[in-house]
Amino acid sequence: MGKHVITLMVNGESHRLEIEPRAHLADVLRDELALTGTHIGCEHGVCGACTIRVDGAITRACLLLAVQAEGAVIETIEGLSDSGEIGDLQDAFRHRNALQCGYCTPAMLITAQDLLLHNPNPDRATIRDHISGNYCRCTGYQAIVDAVETVAKARQTAGERA
Amino acid sequence: MKAYAFDYVRAATLVEALSLLERAGEGGKLIAGGQSLVPALNLRLLAPQILIDIAQLPELRGITSDDTHIHLGAGTRHAELATSALVGQHVPLLQTAIRHVAHAAIRNRGTLGGNLAHADPASELPACMIALEATMLVVGPKGERRIDAIDFFKGLYETALEADDILVRISIARSPAETRVHFNELARRAGDYAMAGLAMVMHGTQPQGLRIRPVFFGIGDRPTLASHAARCLEQAADPMAGLAAAQQALSQDLSPQEDLQADADTRMQLARVLLKRGLTDLLAQGRG
Ligand SMILES: Cc1cc2nc3c(=O)[nH]c(=O)nc-3n(C[C@H](O)[C@H](O)[C@H](O)COP(=O)(O)OP(=O)(O)OC[C@H]3O[C@@H](n4cnc5c(N)ncnc54)[C@H](O)[C@@H]3O)c2cc1C
Ligand code: FES
Ligand code: FES
Repeated sequence: MGKHVITLMVNGESHRLEIEPRAHLADVLRDELALTGTHIGCEHGVCGACTIRVDGAITRACLLLAVQAEGAVIETIEGLSDSGEIGDLQDAFRHRNALQCGYCTPAMLITAQDLLLHNPNPDRATIRDHISGNYCRCTGYQAIVDAVETVAKARQTAGERA
Repeated sequence: MKAYAFDYVRAATLVEALSLLERAGEGGKLIAGGQSLVPALNLRLLAPQILIDIAQLPELRGITSDDTHIHLGAGTRHAELATSALVGQHVPLLQTAIRHVAHAAIRNRGTLGGNLAHADPASELPACMIALEATMLVVGPKGERRIDAIDFFKGLYETALEADDILVRISIARSPAETRVHFNELARRAGDYAMAGLAMVMHGTQPQGLRIRPVFFGIGDRPTLASHAARCLEQAADPMAGLAAAQQALSQDLSPQEDLQADADTRMQLARVLLKRGLTDLLAQGRG
């Protein structure tokens, strides 16, 4: 079974790649494009470590074949980080110690940003519900919820002032 | 783990998908959202020769309604069901249930058709389809046919679909305003498959003329309409007076399994608890 030649649009750059159809996007991002901020834990959708953004919607990169992603707009933690879109979330995670080993962190940041884009004023239960698909084995989640809540409030205040 | 090697082709139309599927024979497998299939591939539980991608078929897209029914394309994503105003208005049960299906990232890609075709016995949506008396429109090499939800789910991951069939559309009668619906499930973590769950629809307003459809999931090898329990509720002077008998009758309706999550007795107990909570909620809605 031969390789397929596909074009992927990742963080605003177009890449021509020759890949096997069985390769999932998380592997292709990491191994072909050296975008290693997309982590791999379980490869069956449970841990959430591979979460990225596809056409604006958070998606499990381990459950999307790279061949399926041709034609889609793909954004990884590297893209969100470089553009400054989640700078405030990154700061809040650092200040509140919302990461320890950091394995879950890129996906946790993308998932938190997704929540805040859809719901700028979430309560703690809503934050917990939205990150319920992302395992963190270190922090106990409390600090993560704190950090997300802090950013939600700060963005709202900034929005009111503007 | 990494999947076995397979080939991949993206179909542009329903006709093309059907012919690709027929040509592929035994080794062909449809992929829609991939949220059940890709885990199975990565775990090497399946080894298809070729995946036929139907995620972009226009014939499987769209949510529409006419005077009597709402029609859901099989390619409708969970996230679209969750936000559709038509679904919220005419089949509110489905909108409540969808919030319990997996997590946001999975709901963004998983489809209704893929979920029903996969027929996980712990899945929320097949149970809703039976409670709502949905009809499935299926297309195969010999043409179209319609299958009632109650005849569609045949067992563990087993449906009335043949290997060369494609589920195209699901039609559900619009719920009249007086129809009450209830949904509840017991799971260890939000978004996980449930240990036991209940989707329940109650038609009518007078205690004597009620038609009640309690459908359990996560218990046994398929979603199950608890018809003995329903009869106890419908035939009692008022449904609450029939509850104790209905809870007893559940042992005729359900055959709970034992697994890592819960043993059979626990599941039967959970079913009785769910029935009581469900009935209490439905009757309270009538007073609201
Ligand atoms: C971590 C995790 C948690 C989950 N939790 C839940 C949960 O709590 N509840 C729940 O219900 N689901 C859950 N799911 C499954 C999810 O809902 C899937 O999206 C769904 O079951 C399958 O839809 P899909 O479009 O992704 O199908 P795919 O994975 O693409 O396909 C599934 C199967 O259906 C077949 N198929 C797909 N479309 C059609 C069609 N139109 N006609 C005929 N056959 C078709 C495929 O060939 C395949 O056999 C979970 C998944 C994961 C990874
Ligand atoms: S690696 Fe994708 S969800 Fe765990
Ligand atoms: S910080 Fe270690 S897993 Fe979350």
